[in-house]
Amino acid sequence: METKLPPASTPTSPSSPGLSPVPPPDKVDGFSRRSLRRARPRRSHSSSQFRYQSNQQELTPLPLLKDVPASELHELLSRKLAQCGVMFDFLDCVADLKGKEVKRAALNELVECVGSTRGVLIEPVYPDIIRMISVNIFRTLPPSENPEFDPEEDEPNLEPSWPHLQLVYEFFLRFLESPDFQPSVAKRYVDQKFVLMLLELFDSEDPREREYLKTILHRVYGKFLGLRAYIRKQCSHIFLRFIYELEHFNGVAELLEILGSIINGFALPLKTEHKQFLVRVLIPLHSVKSLSVFHAQLAYCVVQFLEKDATLTEHVSTSGGQGRPHPCGSDSSLPQLPQVIRGLLKYWPKTCTQKEVMFLGEMEEILDVIEPSQFVKIQEPLFKQVARCVSSPHFQVAERALYFWNNEYILSLIEDNCHTVLPAVFGTLYQVSKEHWNQTIVSLIYNVLKTFMEMNGKLFDELTASYKLEKQQEQQKARERQELWQGLEELRLRRLQGTQGAKEAPLQRLTPQVATSGGQS
Amino acid sequence: MAGTAGPGTGPGAAGGDGDDSLYPIAVLIDELRNEDVQLRLNSIKKLSTIALALGVERTRTELLPFLTDTIYDEDEVLLALAEQLGNFTGLVGGPDFAHCLLPPLESLATVEETVVRDKAVESLRQISQEHTPNALEAHFVPLVKRLASGDWFTSRTSACGLFSVCYPRASDAVRAEIRQHFRSLCSDDTPMVRRAAASKLGEFAKVLELDSVKSEIVPLFTNLASDEQDSVRLLAVEACVSIAQLLSQEDLEALVMPTLRQAAEDKSWRVRYMVADKFSELQKAVGPKITLNDLIPAFQNLLKDCEAEVRAAAAHKVKELCENLPTEGRETIIMSQILPYIKELVSDTNQHVKSALASVIMGLSTILGKENTIEHLLPLFLAQLKDECPEVRLNIISNLDCVNEVIGIRQLSQSLLPAIVELAEDAKWRVRLAIIEYMPLLAGQLALSEACGQEITTKHMLPVVLKMAGDQVANVRFNVAKSLQKIGPVLNTDALREEVKPVLQKLGQDEDVDVKYFAQEAISVVAQRLRKPDFPAKDSEEPSAPGADKNHFLRARGPEEDPGKVQREHAARAASEEAVEMARFRGTDVAKGPAYQLHVNPRDTLAQLEIADLVHFSQSRD
Repeated sequence: METKLPPASTPTSPSSPGLSPVPPPDKVDGFSRRSLRRARPRRSHSSSQFRYQSNQQELTPLPLLKDVPASELHELLSRKLAQCGVMFDFLDCVADLKGKEVKRAALNELVECVGSTRGVLIEPVYPDIIRMISVNIFRTLPPSENPEFDPEEDEPNLEPSWPHLQLVYEFFLRFLESPDFQPSVAKRYVDQKFVLMLLELFDSEDPREREYLKTILHRVYGKFLGLRAYIRKQCSHIFLRFIYELEHFNGVAELLEILGSIINGFALPLKTEHKQFLVRVLIPLHSVKSLSVFHAQLAYCVVQFLEKDATLTEHVSTSGGQGRPHPCGSDSSLPQLPQVIRGLLKYWPKTCTQKEVMFLGEMEEILDVIEPSQFVKIQEPLFKQVARCVSSPHFQVAERALYFWNNEYILSLIEDNCHTVLPAVFGTLYQVSKEHWNQTIVSLIYNVLKTFMEMNGKLFDELTASYKLEKQQEQQKARERQELWQGLEELRLRRLQGTQGAKEAPLQRLTPQVATSGGQS
Repeated sequence: MAGTAGPGTGPGAAGGDGDDSLYPIAVLIDELRNEDVQLRLNSIKKLSTIALALGVERTRTELLPFLTDTIYDEDEVLLALAEQLGNFTGLVGGPDFAHCLLPPLESLATVEETVVRDKAVESLRQISQEHTPNALEAHFVPLVKRLASGDWFTSRTSACGLFSVCYPRASDAVRAEIRQHFRSLCSDDTPMVRRAAASKLGEFAKVLELDSVKSEIVPLFTNLASDEQDSVRLLAVEACVSIAQLLSQEDLEALVMPTLRQAAEDKSWRVRYMVADKFSELQKAVGPKITLNDLIPAFQNLLKDCEAEVRAAAAHKVKELCENLPTEGRETIIMSQILPYIKELVSDTNQHVKSALASVIMGLSTILGKENTIEHLLPLFLAQLKDECPEVRLNIISNLDCVNEVIGIRQLSQSLLPAIVELAEDAKWRVRLAIIEYMPLLAGQLALSEACGQEITTKHMLPVVLKMAGDQVANVRFNVAKSLQKIGPVLNTDALREEVKPVLQKLGQDEDVDVKYFAQEAISVVAQRLRKPDFPAKDSEEPSAPGADKNHFLRARGPEEDPGKVQREHAARAASEEAVEMARFRGTDVAKGPAYQLHVNPRDTLAQLEIADLVHFSQSRD
C-alpha cells in the first residue's frame, strides 16, 4: 500500500470542506467589484454527498477486467464496483488525485465492459451494481447558490464531481440498455424508493445531469412495467408542488419531455387518471412564472393528449368533494377539449406579454386539432380572449393573435360560425383599428375586417351600424350600475345608523332582528 | 332564481325607504356576473352591502345558493368571496344560521389555488367559533369529514387546518372520529397532504388530551419526522416545538428526543436548517436539562455543518442560545462548549455565515463579562473587523456600543484603533473607503462614553482621517469631507480650526466636483460651529469665520442654544447613528450629491454596496 498524499491536501473532516481557511491579509478586498452574489466564492457543492465519507480507505488499481480468466471475472467486477463506491472531494481539486484517477479508470472500464461484453450481467452482480450507482448519484442536492436562480439568465452551477458522476450515469444507462439486462431481476433493487430518489435528482441545476436522468428515467419507465403508475404519480406530485407550493424545480422540462412520449403511448380510451392529469396538472402548469423554460414540452404534451382525444366526447368528472360542482372551471359536463381551452382561458396571463404570446401559440396548435363540433362549444369565450389580445398595447401579442386569421383551418372554423365569432370580436377590432399605435397591427386588423366583410357582408354592415348604439348602451348601463350601488350604499348607511347609532359598527355585529326590521332604534 | 320580484323594478327606484323588495336578486346577481372581471371583483367585495339590501332571509335562501352553485370565476374573485364569507354570520341571521355559510366555503376550500383555499379555511375557522356546539356537530364536523375524505388532494389539505378548531367543542365520540381522520391524513398518499398535516400537527396536539398526545400524536410525529420526503420531515421539526411543551421531562426524553436527535443529523440540509432555525424555540420547549445533554451537542454539529445555509442559521442563534441558558454555570458552558465553535466560524469560508455570526456575536460580551470579553472575544472582533466581507465589518462596527458597555472605551479603543489605522492604509481603495465611512460612527461611540473620548478621537483618529484626505481616489477624499463634517461636533475648536479647517479648504479646491461639493458642505457646518463655540471665553478672540465659506448657506444642525457637553453628546449620537445609516445606504447618501442619482431599494444593503461602488468607481479619476 502506498502512503497517502500530504495531509494538507487530503479530504478533510466534514467540519471544513477543504477550502483555504483564512485569507491572507494582503488579499483583503473590501468590496467585490461585481455583484457580490455572483462573485462570491464557489461554495461547497458536493459537500452534502461528501459528508458521509470520512476515514476513507485509499484505492489501489486492480487488474483489468479483460486480463483475468472468466472464472475470476465476477469476483473482480464486484471488487471494482466496491471501489467505485468510494467517494471523493471534488471541491478540493488536488485532494487525493491518485484515488480519483483509480476510480475514474475503474468506472471507464465498467462502462466499456457492461456495454460490450456479453454474459457479464449475472444475477449476483445486480445488488452490487445498484449499490454502486445509488452511493454515487443519490445525494441531497446542495442549496442553490443563487436563490433567485433564473434558468434563462443565470449560469447554472455545475456539479463538481461530474468527472465521476458522468461515468456512473453512463454506466447506469448502458446497464439498462444491455441486451443481457433482466428487469425481472433488477426490479428487486430498482424499486419505488429508488425511483423516488431518482426523480428528486431532476432538481439538479446541472443540465448535463438532467439530460442523463431524462434518458435513464425513460428507460426505467420502459423496462419496469410495475413502476409506471408510480412514476406518473410521483411526477404529478412534483408538478403540483411546483405549481402550488414552491415554483422551483429545475427538471420540469425534462420530466415533461418524458411524459410527452409516455402520453404518446397511452391506450384509448384514455383512463380517468390520465385525463385528470391533463386537466389538473398540465393545464395549471401554464400558470407558473417560469413557463418559458418548459413551454415547448408542455404544449407538446397537451397537444399529444388532444390528438388522442379529439374524437372523445364522453364526460370527464374531475370534481373533488362530494359531487358538488367544482367552482373553478372543471365543469364536469364539458368534454375534454373544451375543458382544456377553458383551462387555458382561466390561466391566461394578465400582465406577462411574453407568456401571452406562448399561450396564443399553443392555442393555435390546439385549434389545429379541434373538431368543428367542439369548436362551437368554446368559440365565444375563446374569441373574446383573442380580441383582448388584439387590443394589447404590446404589438407582438396583437400580431400573434391576428395571425390566427392566416391559419386556413381556423379561418374555415370562423367562417362556419361567423354569426357567433364576428359579434364577439367586432367591437374590439373596430375600436383597435382606429386606436392602435402600431401601423402593422392596424393594417393587419384592416385585413381581418376585410375578410369578415367578404365572409358575411350583411352581418358586417349590421355590426357596424349597431356599434355606436352599443357604445351608448354601455354608458347607460354604467350609469345604472352606479345608481344601483349608490342606492345600496345609502341603504346600508341607513341601516347602520338605525341600529347601532355608530357608523363604523362592523356588519357582523348586527343582530338578526335589528337587521331585518330596519329603522328600529 | 329571479322570480321573487317584478323585472320592471329597476335599480333607479331604490331611493325609497329601504324596502327589501326594491332590489330584485336578479339585478344584484347580474352585478356578480358582470363580464368585466374588475367590476365583478368590486361587486364581490361589496357582497355584504348586497346581503344587507336583501335581508337575512333572502341572503340565506337566494344569495348563498347562488354563490354555492353557480360561481365559476377567476381566483382573484374567489379569494375576495372567501374572505367576505368569513364575516357574514351577522348577515345571515347570527350564530343560529352560521352553518348556511358552510356550503360555499366548502367549495372554495377545494379550489386548486392555494391562496383561495387558505382564505376559505381561515374563514371556516372563524365561522366555526360562531357555531353553537350542536350546530358544530350537526354541520361543521361533517364538513370537515367530507373534506378529509375528498378525492382530490386540495380538499384533504384544507381539512388539516380545521381539526383543531372543532375538536375542543366536540363530544367524546366525535373527538375519536376527528382523531381518526387526522391520523389517516398524516399517512396520506400525497405528499402535499402530509405536509399540510405535519404543519398542523403542533396546533392539533395543543387541543388534545395529554393521553392522546402521547398515544397518538407522538407516533404521528415520529412517522412524519422520518417521511421519505424532506419537505415533510422539516415540518415535523416545527411541530416538535409545540409537542415538547406539552410533555413532562421524562416523556420528552423517551418519546420526542430520539426523533429530534435524528432530525438534527438528517441527511437533508433542509431539515437540519429547520432545526437550526427553530433552535431557540426548541431550547425553551425542552427545558435546561435536555438542552445541556442533547441540544448543545446538536448545536455544535450545526455550527460546523457542511452546508453554509445551516451554519448561518445556527450562527444567528448563538446569542439567543447563550442568553437562554440557565444563569448558573452559563459562563462555563459557553466558554467550553460554544466558544471553540464560534472561533472556527470567524474564519468560515462563507460570507453569509460570517455575517450572521457578526450580527450577534457582540451580544455575548454582556453575558460573558469583562475579562472573558477582553481575553476571548476581542481577538475575534479584531479578526472580523479585518474580514474581507464588508457586511461582517459593518455588523461588528455597528454593534460596538454593547461591548463598550462591558469593557469600557479605553480598552476598546486601544484594541481596535490599531486595526483601524492599519486598514486606513490598505492597498485596496474600497477598504480605505469603508474605514473612512466608519470613522464618524467610532468617534461618536468614543465621545458618548467618556470624557477621554474627545482626546482619543483627536489624538488617534483625526490624524488618520486627515491623512486620508490625500488619497488618490476621489471617492475616499469626498468621504473624508463627509466624515469631518460629522466628526466636527465631537472635536474641540482648536483641533477644528487648526487641523480640520485647512484640510477641508484644500479639499474645497479639489479637481473633482464631488469632493468639492462635500468639502464645501463640511466647511459650512464646521464654520458654524466655530462661530458658536462651546467655550466662549476661549474663542471670542476670533469672532469671524474665514472667508472661504462665507458664501455658503448655513445648515442648521443640532441644538445651537445648548453648547458644551450636552451638545457634543447629542451630536456624537447623531453622528454615530447617521454613520451607521450612511454606511448601510451609501448609495442613497451619495445620490444626494450633484452628479448622479440612484434609485435602489434601500433594504437591499448588498445591492446598495455594489451599485454605490460601481458608480463611485466610474466617477473617480485615478
